[in-house]
Amino acid sequence: MLIIKDLHACVEGKEILRGINLTINAGEVHAIMGPNGSGKSTLANVLAGNTNYEVTKGEVSFNGKDLLGMSADVRAKEGLFLSFQYPVEIPGVSMLNFLKTAVNESRKYRQVKELTAGDFLKLMREKKEMVQIDSQLTNRSVNEGFSGGEKKKNEIFQMAMLEPKLAILDETDSGLDIDALRIVANGVNLLKKPENATIVVTHYQRLLDYIVPDFVHVLYKGQIVKSAGKELVLELEEKGYDWIKKELGE
Amino acid sequence: MDNQNTLLNEVSSRDYRFGFVTDIETDFIPKGLSEEVVRIISAKKEEPDFMLEFRLKAYRKWLTMKMPDWAQLKIPEIDYQEIIYYAAPRQQPKYESLDEVDPELLSTFAKLGIPLEEQKMLAGVAVDAVMDSVSVKTTFKENLAELGIIFCSFSEAVKHHPDLVQKYLGMVVPPNDNFFAALNCAVFSDGSFVYIPKGVRCPMELSTYFRINARNTGQFERTLIIADNDSYVSYLEGCTAPMRDENQLHAAVVEIIAMDRAEVKYSTVQNWYPGNKEGVGGIYNFVTKRGLCKGEFSKIYWNQVETGSAITWKYPSCILAGDNSVAEFNSVALTNNYQQADTGTKMIHLGKNTKSTIVSKGISAGHSSNSYRGLVRVAAKAENARNYSQCDSLLLGDHCGAHTFPYIEVGNPNSVVEHEATTSKIGEDQIFYCNQRGISTQDAIGMIVNGYAREVINKLPMEFAVEAQKLLQISLEGSVG
Ligand SMILES: Nc1ncnc2c1ncn2[C@@H]1O[C@H](COP(=O)(O)OP(=O)(O)OP(=O)(O)O)[C@@H](O)[C@H]1O
Ligand SMILES: [Mg+2]
Repeated sequence: MLIIKDLHACVEGKEILRGINLTINAGEVHAIMGPNGSGKSTLANVLAGNTNYEVTKGEVSFNGKDLLGMSADVRAKEGLFLSFQYPVEIPGVSMLNFLKTAVNESRKYRQVKELTAGDFLKLMREKKEMVQIDSQLTNRSVNEGFSGGEKKKNEIFQMAMLEPKLAILDETDSGLDIDALRIVANGVNLLKKPENATIVVTHYQRLLDYIVPDFVHVLYKGQIVKSAGKELVLELEEKGYDWIKKELGE
Repeated sequence: MDNQNTLLNEVSSRDYRFGFVTDIETDFIPKGLSEEVVRIISAKKEEPDFMLEFRLKAYRKWLTMKMPDWAQLKIPEIDYQEIIYYAAPRQQPKYESLDEVDPELLSTFAKLGIPLEEQKMLAGVAVDAVMDSVSVKTTFKENLAELGIIFCSFSEAVKHHPDLVQKYLGMVVPPNDNFFAALNCAVFSDGSFVYIPKGVRCPMELSTYFRINARNTGQFERTLIIADNDSYVSYLEGCTAPMRDENQLHAAVVEIIAMDRAEVKYSTVQNWYPGNKEGVGGIYNFVTKRGLCKGEFSKIYWNQVETGSAITWKYPSCILAGDNSVAEFNSVALTNNYQQADTGTKMIHLGKNTKSTIVSKGISAGHSSNSYRGLVRVAAKAENARNYSQCDSLLLGDHCGAHTFPYIEVGNPNSVVEHEATTSKIGEDQIFYCNQRGISTQDAIGMIVNGYAREVINKLPMEFAVEAQKLLQISLEGSVG
C-alpha cells in the first residue's frame, strides 16, 4: 500500500529525514517510536503533504500512485489520514460544516454521490457513538477551546467519519486519560479492515497494548535504525533508547 | 517562511463575474461640471424649483470644498471636468409593464441575477434597478401601494411626492456635509425613495441594484428612506459595474430617518468592479450613508459586506437622537490585490439610554490596504449611553495592511464605551489542517474567512447571506497558492 524509498526531507534548510525506507501492506499496523526530535512528526507531515517540509530526495508510492506528486488535499482524498500531534483550532468554522465539506469532497473525488444533510447527520451519530465523543463538541467550532484530550478524540472521530485507507496517528495517546485511551484505541480497532493500514507514532507501550502492532520501527536522527515485531516495544519500555544508540556505535 | 510566502502571495485573481458591458443606446450630456450642467440635469428631470435650488446651493458649496485627505488611502488626482454627470439609457424609461423595457437591459439585469420578473414576487423581493443614472423599473409598486408604502425611483418621488422629498432631503446628510456629499447633492440623477407609513411592517425586502454601464460616467445616486412611527422595513442594496481600465467615480448618498419606535435594516453587498490584479481600473466608491434615529426607541441597523471597488471611502453612521434609540453597524470589508478601503462608522449619541454596537471585520489579502475608522461620541446630555465596538482584522499574507483608528469621545460620566480589537492571520497550519481532511486550499480559505465573518453574515437576510458567502470566497479565489 505504502512504499517509502530513501526519503530525505528538510525544514528551513535543515535535513530532518535522512533516508527513510519503509513498506506497509494492507491490513498491517506499524508502530514508529523514537526519541524526541528524531523526525517522527516530520515523517507524518511529509507523507501528508505539508509544504513546510521540503522533500529533497526519494520516492513514495501510495496504492501504486506517486504520493509526492499530489497536493495535500488530494492525498487526503486518496485515503491518507493524519491524526495530528497538535490539532489546529479553526474559530468560526463549525465541526458540522467542516466535516460535511470534508466527507463530500472525498466522495466527489471518488465519484460517489454526495451525502444529503440527513444521511450525513445519521453517519455522524453513528460515528460519534463509536468513538464516544460528546455531542457538545461536534456542535462547536473546529477544535476551538477543546481540551488537549478532546482534541485527540476529535481526531479519531474525524478518522471514523472519513474511513481512510491509511491512518497515521501521531501521538494520539498523549493527553488522553486512561478511559479515553481505551475508547480511542477501541475506535481505531473497530475501524480496522483487512484492506486498510495504520501507522501509530507513540512513546508508550500503553497504546500498543490496545492497538497491537505487527511491526515496530525505531526512528533515530531521521533514519529507521531498527525494525522488529511487537516484542521490541517491551524492550524499549524497559531499557530506553540508549542501547540502540550504543548498537549504532554512539 | 519562504513557503508561506509563496503559498499566500501568489495572487492571480479570478475574473470579475459581472464585468460585461451592455450594448444600449445611451443619452449623455457633455462631460464636465458647471452650474450649467447642474441646470441641465435638473431640467432633464423636469424638477420643481426647490430641487434646482438645492442642487445649485450644493454646487456652490462644493466649489469651496476640498477632497478629504485624512483617510488611509492613496487617491490619484481626480479630474472632475473629465467625468460625464448624466447618462441614461436612451429609450426613456417610463414603463408601464416589463414588455416595454429594452430587452438588452432586461438581459443585463438577468445576468446580474436580479429578480425583475413579477413571478419573482414569491421570493418576496421588490426591486428598484438603477442603471447608470436612471431608475429603470420598480417592481411590485402596486402591491406595496396598497399598504401605503411608497417605493419608487427618486425622480418619481420628486414628481409625485415633492412634499415628502422637500421635507426630508438633506435632513441627515446636508449638502455641506462633505466634499462628496456636496457633489452628490449637486448632480445626483436618480436613486430610490422609500416611505413606510405609521404602523406598517413592510412585508417584503425592498431592494435596489445599482449598475454602472456607460464609460466615463460617474454614478451619483441618492437614497432616502423614511420609516414613520412604529413601522419596519428591511432594505437591500447591491452593486456591480463592467470591467474597465479607467477608474469610475461613484459618490452616493443614503439617508435614513426612523421615527418613534420605527426599525430600519439596511443591508449592502457592495461588489463594484475592484480593478484587475495589478490594480488597474475599478470603481472609486466614495459614499456617505447616515441614519437618523429621530424618534424614541427607534432602531437603525447597517449591515454591509464590501468586497468590491478599487478605493472605498465609506462610513455608514447613525445619529441616535431619540431617547432609547438603538443603532448597529455590522461590517465585513474584504480587500485583495491593490484594493484600498477606509471604512467604518460614526455613532453619535444624543438621546438618553441610547445604545450602539459596532462589529467590524476586515479581511486583507494581496497588496491591499484595509482600515477601520470609527467614531463614538456621547454628548453630555446622552445619559446612560452604551457602546460596544469590536474591530477584528484578518490578514492573508505579508504584503497587505490592516489599520484601526478608533476615536472615542464621552461627554458624561454614566455612559459606557467599550472597544475591543484583534488582528490575526490565516494560519498556514489551519489551511493544511483542512487540506489534510480533503478540503482544497481555496475552499479552506473560503471556509475560514466565512467563519471569521459569520457574526456579520448572520445578520444579513437569508438570500443575501448566501450571496455574501459566495462573494467572499470568489473575491479571494487565487489569493492563495
Ligand atoms: N517547522 C519546523 N521548523 C523548524 N524545525 C522543525 C520544524 N518541524 C520540525 N523541526 C525540527 O525537526 C526535528 C524533528 O522534529 P519532529 O517534530 O519530527 O520530531 P518528533 O520525532 O516528532 O519528536 P516528538 O517525539 O517530540 O514529537 C526537531 O529537531 C524539530 O525541532
Ligand atoms: Mg512528534
